[in-house]
Amino acid sequence: MLKVENLTKSYASGGRDLTVLEAVSFELQAQDTFAIVGPSGSGKTTLLGLCAGLDRASAGSVWLNGIQLDDLSEDQRAAVRNEHVGFIFQNFQLLPSLTALENVLVPLELRGVRGGTRTAQELLERVGLGGRGHHYPTQLSGGEQQRVSLARAFANRPKILFADEPTGNLDADTSATVVELLFELNREAGTTLVLVTHDLELAARTQRIVRIKGGSVVSDTVNQESAEIARLSS
Amino acid sequence: MSNFLFIWRMAWRDSRRSRSRLLLFTSAIVLGIAALVGINGFGDNLARSIDEQARELVGADLVLSASQPFDSTLQTTLRRLGERRSQEVAFASLVQFPKGQGVRLAQVRALTGGFPYYGEWLTEPGSAVAAFREAGPAGQRVALVDDALLAQFAARPGDSIKVGELTFRIVGRVRKTPGQSGFSASVAPTVFIPRELVEQTGLLQRGSRVQYRTYYQFAPGTNVDQLIQPLTARLDQANIDSDTVAERKRQTGRSFTNVTRFLNLVAFVALLLGCVGVASAVSLYVREKVAAVAVLRCLGASGWQAVLIYLLQTALMGLLGAILGAALGTGIQLLLPKVVEGFLPVTVSVAISWSAVAEGIVTGVFVAVLFALLPLLSIRRVSPLRTLRASLEEDTAGPDPLRGVVYGLILLFITGFAYLQTRDWKLALGFAGGLLLTFGVLAGVGEGLRRLVRRYFPSSWSYVWRQGLANLYRPNNQTLLLTVSIGLGVFLLATLYLLQGLLLSQVEISSTGGQPNLVLFDIQSAQREGVTQLVKRNGLPVLQEVPVVTMRLSAINGRSAAELKKDTASGVSKGALGREYRVTYRDSLISSETLEAGRPPFLGSDGIPRVSFDDGFTERLKIKIGDTLTFNVQGAPLVTIVGGTRTVDWSRVQTNFLVVFPNGVLEPAPQFHVLLTRVPDNATLAAVQRELVTNFPNVSAIDLGLILQTLDEILTKISFVIRFMALFSMATGLLVLVSSVVVSRYQRVRESVLLRTLGASRGQILRITLVEYALLGLLAAVAGLGLAVMAAWALGAFVFEVAFVPQIGPLLLLAILTTALTAIIGLLNSRDVLTRPPLEVLRGEVS
Ligand SMILES: Nc1ncnc2c1ncn2[C@@H]1O[C@H](COP(=O)(O)OP(=O)(O)O)[C@@H](O)[C@H]1O
Ligand SMILES: [Mg+2]
Repeated sequence: MLKVENLTKSYASGGRDLTVLEAVSFELQAQDTFAIVGPSGSGKTTLLGLCAGLDRASAGSVWLNGIQLDDLSEDQRAAVRNEHVGFIFQNFQLLPSLTALENVLVPLELRGVRGGTRTAQELLERVGLGGRGHHYPTQLSGGEQQRVSLARAFANRPKILFADEPTGNLDADTSATVVELLFELNREAGTTLVLVTHDLELAARTQRIVRIKGGSVVSDTVNQESAEIARLSS
Repeated sequence: MSNFLFIWRMAWRDSRRSRSRLLLFTSAIVLGIAALVGINGFGDNLARSIDEQARELVGADLVLSASQPFDSTLQTTLRRLGERRSQEVAFASLVQFPKGQGVRLAQVRALTGGFPYYGEWLTEPGSAVAAFREAGPAGQRVALVDDALLAQFAARPGDSIKVGELTFRIVGRVRKTPGQSGFSASVAPTVFIPRELVEQTGLLQRGSRVQYRTYYQFAPGTNVDQLIQPLTARLDQANIDSDTVAERKRQTGRSFTNVTRFLNLVAFVALLLGCVGVASAVSLYVREKVAAVAVLRCLGASGWQAVLIYLLQTALMGLLGAILGAALGTGIQLLLPKVVEGFLPVTVSVAISWSAVAEGIVTGVFVAVLFALLPLLSIRRVSPLRTLRASLEEDTAGPDPLRGVVYGLILLFITGFAYLQTRDWKLALGFAGGLLLTFGVLAGVGEGLRRLVRRYFPSSWSYVWRQGLANLYRPNNQTLLLTVSIGLGVFLLATLYLLQGLLLSQVEISSTGGQPNLVLFDIQSAQREGVTQLVKRNGLPVLQEVPVVTMRLSAINGRSAAELKKDTASGVSKGALGREYRVTYRDSLISSETLEAGRPPFLGSDGIPRVSFDDGFTERLKIKIGDTLTFNVQGAPLVTIVGGTRTVDWSRVQTNFLVVFPNGVLEPAPQFHVLLTRVPDNATLAAVQRELVTNFPNVSAIDLGLILQTLDEILTKISFVIRFMALFSMATGLLVLVSSVVVSRYQRVRESVLLRTLGASRGQILRITLVEYALLGLLAAVAGLGLAVMAAWALGAFVFEVAFVPQIGPLLLLAILTTALTAIIGLLNSRDVLTRPPLEVLRGEVS
């Protein structure tokens, strides 16, 4: 589903190269759940951005659902994202001038899907916000915003979902609800999940954990317990 | 087209929270389009009215005219041309009302026949026209007199009027004569007398300025041009001019397009200001939308889809602005004829010009899209990575070639549109080039300021100053944008203002000092002595006294005028070839003339006179020093050589001439004399006129004071129209300022709130804002004004050829006003920040 080979990213800053990611490789199968953990500034977000085709690598390659992203133009990669990818962001990134329902509708309308409103409404109900569809993001709490964002991420039935610190801006209780929903929806849809977090407890719920530090992978472990649960429940 | 549906929906939904700002951008277009539609619609109506009323302007299908009685050999031919014809002898003369002893210069038209054939000759009583037409053949002494003249001397139909040696009974008051504007009626009001009696007035003498005319009416549908075609050569030879309705249409149209063209340019400036407003408002709008665009990109929208969403918004707002502007412009267009009606020869109809409306709407949308495109293009390059890293720097992946294309389109548009408005390529290119230069200089000034402040940052200054100055170069600064948009606005306004002063000063004739204010015309050689004495007896100075001989040009370097007229390649102006020349003779130049080349007029040793030409006029005749010119002096040929050129200051009240002959050639020719003097008051003027009309009835006295006054009235009206249009530019400029500053608020809000959260006082934040905006306003204003002064100087030197003296006062005022306004609007904006709870802003809920 996702294959990363020798991925390297460096920035030219102040005359010299600053390498923030060095030769990272791994491969994920469909329906895997996968966590990238590491201290702040270790390159997690950079890696996620590269995997999702939001940025270009300095070296190495990324295959997403069998499509090699490296040589695609920005617009071609946008089409790939719309087709296969869902996103969850630390700061939600809902469009402020659109209502909750319209925010969920965006990926569907972008594809030209007919009757998207029903799908979007169902998704909102699924995340427990059926009655809040006409509210604007500013009228929703952080947790509610993140739930709308979850509904939006699943709207186009993505094959792979990228989440960057999805609970980073939420308090503990709200986090728990959002995390439950995230894993439930993920299981139901059979989506591959790539989760960036520095929360080890959250990471523990995935089947595989990659630890990076200073831009390099320091460990890549299969989470036996979680993998077992996943196998049983499917 | 599902994608298009998406774009439509997104454009609509996204606009919801920003409509008030989009409206501001709309308003920038409204006034520009209003000015454009107003002027163009007026121009259309004027052209149509001229077209419709040209026949009434002429009053006949054909007019033949000459400054001497028609050649007798032509009589039968001319009689055969048409049965319905009307003859006229016209000249200027002092007329007298015996009842009140009033004397005034009038245009005397001695008329017989059915003229006017078209248009309404409005008289009181209405039966006066018929009475007048019947009286002539019967030898009755009756006259029709212009209302203006009757009103001046409180005379009425039934009173009598003395023209030359005859006294006529006034049978009617003339309200309107086809072909005469209210203006010409007030400068030289007309007295109509029967043609049959004109000789008896004793006013027709050799050398007098008399026009002989025959008016024809033909059967409807007659092709007049074709009818007189076979006669042209003979008419030319006899110095008879022909005027047809078609020709009149062309001429009148041409002279008024010049007036509307300048106004068109003024309207265009208002529109351009609106464009600057659009570009700056949209570019700030785009900055605000970057985050939303990044999300859309993340969700899979292509770069162009994102651009189209915002382009659609701006196009729709542009359409709205254009429609509002067109409606407003239509209102102006309906009002303009009221303002200028006095000095137009036609009654301008007040129909809505749909073509001007359509043109205005299309232009509005086009301009909105074109100028919005420039900032909108950068949306294509917004990286989706911004969703992960909010503070990502501007994506500068090399220059965008499309921007170059849009810049090119804008330049093309400006040049093309300027050409459409002026029909003059040189002017259009100069206009576009000047704007380009201005834009470049302003951008340079903005960038320079940014670097300078950064480089020589005054770290020892107070906190407020440092913060305000730092705002000029920190990320997300608006230095460049505001300098260019405010500077360009100030530049356009100031240039317009200076240009207006330049134009008006050119036509302003000073009537103060020892300038002459009374011109005695048509003095016969035999009367010269007597008139001079009459003037001196009244204690008046003889300021100038010159002989005038009328002649026509018959050949240049052996090629006849008729031949040259036909040869279009020769480039010689037809008007210059066909005109009647009034020349004088003397051996020196006078104070209003300066020698340009060659020598003052002199009689060559070969006996051929060396004449002096007005410098500009040699261009029109395509002649140079040494060329041989043959004149026809009332029948007799006279060979001359161009001996020199001079420049003439036409704005001085002098008897100025295009051609000056040397002494010793024209003395025996039929001629009249002109005498310039200055009367101290109206009583003296009346006394002189009375004495003149008794002793020298054929001598005309032109009261320059009266003419200057009428001219002044016209200029006041014209400058009112110009100022009115300039007002639109000014209002648009203000809107641009407001929209630039208002939209820029969203850049500063977050910082100001953060500062406040960190404990800065209200006063401190206000002062920081004040420093930033006042500095920007001042710099932009000074730069814009400097450029405007240079532009006005260049226009004065190269286009209008008048010396330019900048009016420092108004410019200073404009600079102060711009600075103050920028600062005030900036302050008003941040006031809003201060009243809001910081938390709201920190949570990103600013909208
Ligand atoms: N545009 C950039 N230019 C230079 N350095 C950058 C840029 N973006 C990120 N970095 C650096 O890359 C490193 C990794 O950042 P990031 O991937 O955000 O880490 P994490 O998400 O693990 O906290 C950081 O040290 C950061 O300073
Ligand atoms: Mg991160």
